[in-house]
Amino acid sequence: MQGISKRFPGVIALNNVSLEVFPGEIVALVGENGAGKSTLMKTLGGIHQPDEGTIQINGETVTISNVNDSMRLGIGFIHQELNVFPNLDVAANVFLGREPVNGGFLRLIDRAKLEAATATLLERLGVDVSPRTQLSELSIAQQQMVEIAKALSLNTRLLIMDEPTSSLTLSETTRLLQVVKDLRAQGVSVIYISHRLGEVTEIADRVVVLRDGANAGTLQRDEITHDRMVTLMVGRALQHVHEPKETSLYPNYFIVENLRTKRYADNAVSFGVGRGEVLGVSGLIGAGRSEVAQALFGVEPALGGRILLDGNELLIKSSQDAIKHGICLIPEDRRHLGLVMDWTIQDNTTLATLTNYAKAGLIDFAAENKVAVEMSQKLRVKAPSVAAKVSQLSGGNQQKVVLAKWLLQKLKVIIFDEPTRGIDIGAKSEIYDLINQLAAEGTAVIVISSDLEEILRISDRVAVMHEGKLTGILPRAECSEEAIMRLAVGSE
Amino acid sequence: MKKELGIFILLLVLCAITAILNPRFLTPVNLQNTARLIGAFGILSLGLGVVIITSGIDLSVGSVMALLGVLLSMAITQWHVPGVVAVLLIIVGGMALGSLHGFLVSKVRIQPFIVTLCGLLFYRGAARFVASDETKGFGNAAGLESLQNLAIGNLFGIPTPFVLLLIASFVMWVLIHRSVYGRYLFAVGNNEDAARYSGINARWIIASAYVVCGALTGLAAVIFAFYTNSVSPSSHGNFFELYGIAAAVLGGCSLRGGEGSVIGILLGTALLQVLQNLVNLLGIPSSLNFAVMGAVILLGVLADQLLKSRKK
Repeated sequence: MQGISKRFPGVIALNNVSLEVFPGEIVALVGENGAGKSTLMKTLGGIHQPDEGTIQINGETVTISNVNDSMRLGIGFIHQELNVFPNLDVAANVFLGREPVNGGFLRLIDRAKLEAATATLLERLGVDVSPRTQLSELSIAQQQMVEIAKALSLNTRLLIMDEPTSSLTLSETTRLLQVVKDLRAQGVSVIYISHRLGEVTEIADRVVVLRDGANAGTLQRDEITHDRMVTLMVGRALQHVHEPKETSLYPNYFIVENLRTKRYADNAVSFGVGRGEVLGVSGLIGAGRSEVAQALFGVEPALGGRILLDGNELLIKSSQDAIKHGICLIPEDRRHLGLVMDWTIQDNTTLATLTNYAKAGLIDFAAENKVAVEMSQKLRVKAPSVAAKVSQLSGGNQQKVVLAKWLLQKLKVIIFDEPTRGIDIGAKSEIYDLINQLAAEGTAVIVISSDLEEILRISDRVAVMHEGKLTGILPRAECSEEAIMRLAVGSE
Repeated sequence: MKKELGIFILLLVLCAITAILNPRFLTPVNLQNTARLIGAFGILSLGLGVVIITSGIDLSVGSVMALLGVLLSMAITQWHVPGVVAVLLIIVGGMALGSLHGFLVSKVRIQPFIVTLCGLLFYRGAARFVASDETKGFGNAAGLESLQNLAIGNLFGIPTPFVLLLIASFVMWVLIHRSVYGRYLFAVGNNEDAARYSGINARWIIASAYVVCGALTGLAAVIFAFYTNSVSPSSHGNFFELYGIAAAVLGGCSLRGGEGSVIGILLGTALLQVLQNLVNLLGIPSSLNFAVMGAVILLGVLADQLLKSRKK
């Protein structure tokens, strides 16, 4: 790809960007939110056409005007949000639209051939799953493998993976990285987009860094270090210091006693958070952390247990109850739970506090606009205006809009569920700053995260869950990746 | 707004064609008649629009109108309930049925299509049973004229139903486009989970949409009962829910929810009634009535799609 430029109304998304990938090479593409990674990849996927620049494959200039062109040229995509049909089985997913047929004009699906071909692909990836298993029965990691199998079945020569490990556990991530390396050994080229620089360091042959829609630099294999990547991405060296607070100074303010959730009805969870404290909640995916958060926020009320705030017992049966008591949740799935994606920044920002900008039930549009603009500026949401649809924003900016929605009211307890999932380094540190600021203002903060680096960076104490049980709460001094992992896998 | 403009132009074109081919279109009598029908159907369509915005549907509207119409007639002529009281009771009755639908949809979590399909069948049967399958009229009951004027009277030369529609539209416009409640309707229709995660009582909002629809259906039921002056329980209101849905969809409501406007619904209703009028005036066999309507709705939606893809 050479000299690629792409303009959108009001924004230059890509400015003379070049990228090359050799056969059997893993190129990591890194950069902040809105740095242009997704737009660049979309030009390869045929979703956007570049305004300038050329794309060459094996020395031949090609035009990719739609998804089919892209597929035919051997380009495969593994999106962050998986594109699978949970109601169909593995074989059907892999060969959807290209089923082998027999039976002449009846075009009956040749099950035997279909399953055999699928089995071969799964074997190539080292996945131990039957082609007949329904997708909904598989873990996210296994579903992702099915997507990779699908890409391989299309004779993919260049595989583009966008944040493939964002919802994987540690062991699944290790497994995926191995598969990517195996694919490289088989001559497949990979463009690997990730914000997890540890993974990038491990597998990339070369790192291409984008910043503000332009090439910011390239690092060869022996030059790849965490710090150098970060420096190129943000254009300056990041300082990441978090002074852990002395937690004994923060007596428990928000207390959860024997909370039981539907998913883990037999396990009760108890913990407390002080004013101004950040409690990290670590654990593997499916440990029941989100369920606790949903119970505290009332969207999936708890089966039992007590919730106390400042000594008063709260009855939380709905999100309205939680909000009334100053408790809010920034959900993990911001596209479906955090935002109305078709709506503007303004409408999303004011959704939870609309009654504050209304008289007698009628909206004061000027007042609404004023707070939305103020909040967007305060959180530095990058967008042409508050009338922009949130679906057009990058993940980090979307998350800021979700935050804006809640910061418009006085909060006592704020729960973050995977606050920086799919968000790049620059926006991440902005979110961390906000979390610290909230704590400094006396809010009790709970941060659920699967990212150990993040947990260690922002928490004053770390609670660890395993299969619905709270296996331990570590004071800051005792926190280390090893100590947390030991509790997370339930070995003690 | 562009969508509304498109349908407005379509409406003007249809009016022009009809007026040119048959000047009788522009006679006061014909205009008054058409406006009267637009008024009655518009009130009904507004109610359906609210439900459709929440991504629901109400198929029971026509049957509810038959049941309420029969009850109105019997209340006044057989049970001697004072007319004004009877009319108010009918509107409350519509709201009660709406509450039932809202409860089944939002609390029991049955799909709106199923709930109101069962309603469509149930209320039709109930209407026929209550009326012993006999057509119920109002006769020449004394003191009814003022109420009957709701349907057949004029206010400063404008048919009363049309005036009522203008009032209802203004109220609904404020409610849908200017109030917090309206914003919540669109939020729930677009993404119920995100609404819930923003602290909106989504179930209550959804249920309330059916109550609003019930109230407007009740009002429309009163107007239609007095308009026809006799209610045949087996045919009164047949297909009316489909007129309402068609008007809402023509006017820009999405059946997926979260989209729609009062102006659009009004224009959609007007278009359908002008179309009916056109079939009558141009001497097209009335048996083709539904075929013409179906074709025009399809063309309208098709044109809208084309314009949309052209823009991209």
